[in-house]
Amino acid sequence: MDEKRYNNPNKVYVSVKAVFYPHGGFKPISFVWEDGTEYEIAKVTDIRRAASLKAGGTGIRYTCKVQNKEVYIFLEEDRWFMERRKG
Amino acid sequence: MHSDLNNFYASVECLHRNEIRNNPVAVCGDPAARHGIVLAKNYLAKAAGIKTGEAIWQAQQKCPELIVVPPNYPLYLRFSRLARSIYASYTDQVEPFGLDEAWLDVAGSCHLYGDGIKIANEIRERIKFEMGVTASVGVSYNKIFAKLGSDMKKPDATTVISRDNFKQIVWPLPAGDLLYVGHATERKLARYDITAIGDIANASPKYLKSFLGKWGEVLWSFANGYDNSPVIHMGEEALIKSVGNSITTPRDLETDEDVQIIFYVLGESVATRMREHGFKCRTVQIHIRDKTLFSFSLQGKFHKPTNLSSDIAEKAFSLFLANYSWLNPIRSIGLRGCDLVATNTLEQLSLFGDEKKSVKQEKAENTIDALRHRFGHLSVQRAVLLRDAALGSINPKEDHIIHPISFFKEGKLP
Repeated sequence: MDEKRYNNPNKVYVSVKAVFYPHGGFKPISFVWEDGTEYEIAKVTDIRRAASLKAGGTGIRYTCKVQNKEVYIFLEEDRWFMERRKG
Repeated sequence: MHSDLNNFYASVECLHRNEIRNNPVAVCGDPAARHGIVLAKNYLAKAAGIKTGEAIWQAQQKCPELIVVPPNYPLYLRFSRLARSIYASYTDQVEPFGLDEAWLDVAGSCHLYGDGIKIANEIRERIKFEMGVTASVGVSYNKIFAKLGSDMKKPDATTVISRDNFKQIVWPLPAGDLLYVGHATERKLARYDITAIGDIANASPKYLKSFLGKWGEVLWSFANGYDNSPVIHMGEEALIKSVGNSITTPRDLETDEDVQIIFYVLGESVATRMREHGFKCRTVQIHIRDKTLFSFSLQGKFHKPTNLSSDIAEKAFSLFLANYSWLNPIRSIGLRGCDLVATNTLEQLSLFGDEKKSVKQEKAENTIDALRHRFGHLSVQRAVLLRDAALGSINPKEDHIIHPISFFKEGKLP
């Protein structure tokens, strides 16, 4: 049985580019938002497991600096998602 | 300590669907497959008086605005694993009790992480933050009181039951709250004017034994906090004592042929699982429940141990034929192989049976296992199953991933 997926309007799945280091581990460097714009991730400031009540899901949460704003990108199993901002 | 994820299925569903979060929600089985009962509900639904195990229509009568969602077991399994990985960061003694509950023995970790209460609170915080659901934790010096504690304050709370306060906290609780006091035992106890856990504790074990049998002594020791069963280590698999499957069929069974189809379906699942675990069974047990919910079980022995689906299904079917009079159509059927022996045990060959044939059959069934593993369950099927596609295409092995477990796993008590 496969896991059923939910369609949550506040959950935006994104494409993520990442660097994989030769000694192991990786770092996301940019993501493509649903409108096609690619945003560069200036810095990853925190990595921890967390749930997103807003988007409905749980995963490894990367706190990132993007255009001088703080955003969360979640790695849930094998997909990345972000929370849609209100307004 | 004992950790219990609050309204587990419903909480996970509410996390993933914010649109339903502020409504009464019930996770229900599929009514089309006649599994249409409430499996879990959130607090708003509970406030409306909805109970787990009710039929969907009963629940909707009590609460017309109830939102009914289907279960998503793979997701719950993932969340269950997440919770276990949190537990595992504090101790290697984690004993799961179903998907949403677990006992943890943190006695050996206290010098690292602080006392039980501190660890309990930390685990609750992490479950809330990392998984987006809540847990209730009971902290105590034995498994029974820990479980009682986790049931007392919900949601998202820690309850401590110590050697000093258990008489005040545990004893006034109704007897039915104690693990293994079900409705029948509760009624029986009430007839002897035993209604609270304290009454059980203060009765003499001999007296309890006189009308409850050996369970009386067990319950007495539970009520007094004398349970000293250990929390098992992770990876220390409980000994398997039997392999079984049961199914509520999509429609009532009305003829011998229907029943035969289901026995073959169940027999294949049971036989495959026995082979996976390296067992053969010496006894087969069937369980029949008719339309009126009347049920009974029967057992039959084999001349020699087997893990062949044809042997198991045929034995079950002959047991059935000899004992069922078709007073009512049948609603559900269970099949179980017990009295297990390891596959590599030496066995006495029969002088009269056809040994060559059974070796051949064993090879054939192993080949079928391999084919199904590669190409899916329905890639190879018995012709008899094609007579009724709806009944024949059930796959109990993969559709039912949650097998009930017992507190007395190692068979050490009753």
